[in-house]
Amino acid sequence: MKKNVQFNHIKKKQNTILIIVPAYNESQNIVNVIESLKKENSDWDIIVINDGSIDNTGELAESSGKAFVINFPHKLGIGSSVQTGFKFAKKYHYDFALQFDGDGQHKAGEINILLEIIGNNQADVAIGSRFCRKPFNFKTTFLRYIGIRIFEIVNSILIKQKVTDNTSGFRAYNQKAINFFAEYYPSDYPEPEAVILLGKNGFRIKEVYTEMQQRQGGISSISGFKTVYYMIKVLFSVFLTFTRPKINKNVK
Amino acid sequence: MNNVFNANRIQYIAVACSIILMIIIFELTRKKKIREEYSILWLVSCFIFLIFSIWRKGLDFFASVVGIEYPPSALFLIFVLVIFLILIQFSIIISRLTEHNKNLTQEIGLLKLEITEIKKKMKN
Repeated sequence: MKKNVQFNHIKKKQNTILIIVPAYNESQNIVNVIESLKKENSDWDIIVINDGSIDNTGELAESSGKAFVINFPHKLGIGSSVQTGFKFAKKYHYDFALQFDGDGQHKAGEINILLEIIGNNQADVAIGSRFCRKPFNFKTTFLRYIGIRIFEIVNSILIKQKVTDNTSGFRAYNQKAINFFAEYYPSDYPEPEAVILLGKNGFRIKEVYTEMQQRQGGISSISGFKTVYYMIKVLFSVFLTFTRPKINKNVK
Repeated sequence: MNNVFNANRIQYIAVACSIILMIIIFELTRKKKIREEYSILWLVSCFIFLIFSIWRKGLDFFASVVGIEYPPSALFLIFVLVIFLILIQFSIIISRLTEHNKNLTQEIGLLKLEITEIKKKMKN
């Protein structure tokens, strides 16, 4: 498909931006999320990846008419959903991509903070962090707080750069990072692993403070006993990712 | 005398089992229920098992090397090791299938979206 048959209808000179919204059973939030994004900037293209939801997330997103919607026939997990967004972004040559969770915990108004960093070429990936400004006022459970701190310590040591919010799903990527992640993106709980992948392969990461809202509705994918499993699984993956050799393949 | 008979009995059973298993695997592969590349590890395993079932001296030697007093139980050690190998192969295959499945699902998702968008454009 040629470039001029792109789905986005954005003037040439401007950077094309794709907002990737992974969603699983987010029927309560998805329409609000799409509306808030479009209200913020109507030039942004939005792609909702409906990860085999058992509610009507997909139909709701489609009926809004303001987003591209990809419906998976079965659940693949958050990582594979987001990666599909990268694949789309790569295929249609978007300049920047931004990951924005479908549960409404990120603020559309803060997207420009991340895009600015990427736009000014200060980094290849910008991470919206809840914790890089103290004192932080983000309420979370004790167990999760411990987990977040462990990731902060482990990841910061492994990639020799302080990353305070490794689980944040609020991230902006330039084309180099998009093309890389279109091929290599972790599948289950991808965020902490992705940080290692980036560090290991010489991408520039920059964190910036963003506020996040408590969930507007629905339930989080990780809670209670699952938190412990999540921690162990992700730490294991992080360690493995670290021990793997650098991916030498030339990324355009 | 009774002892010898017992030892032989386990030997007969082992030989019979490995031959039957080999025939089953062979038939399943012939009927294309198992792909050739996956039946090979099974057949090789059965063959090893068969050799040690028949070749009693070899089994005795193997048992003494690894420190097993009752040689036929060395057969079970071999059996367990072989099963482990095959299960690891299964994990590899399953992981590969999962990866392929993920890629296919992503492709289908992208293609469906493109079809929807093309249909929309044709309507206008």
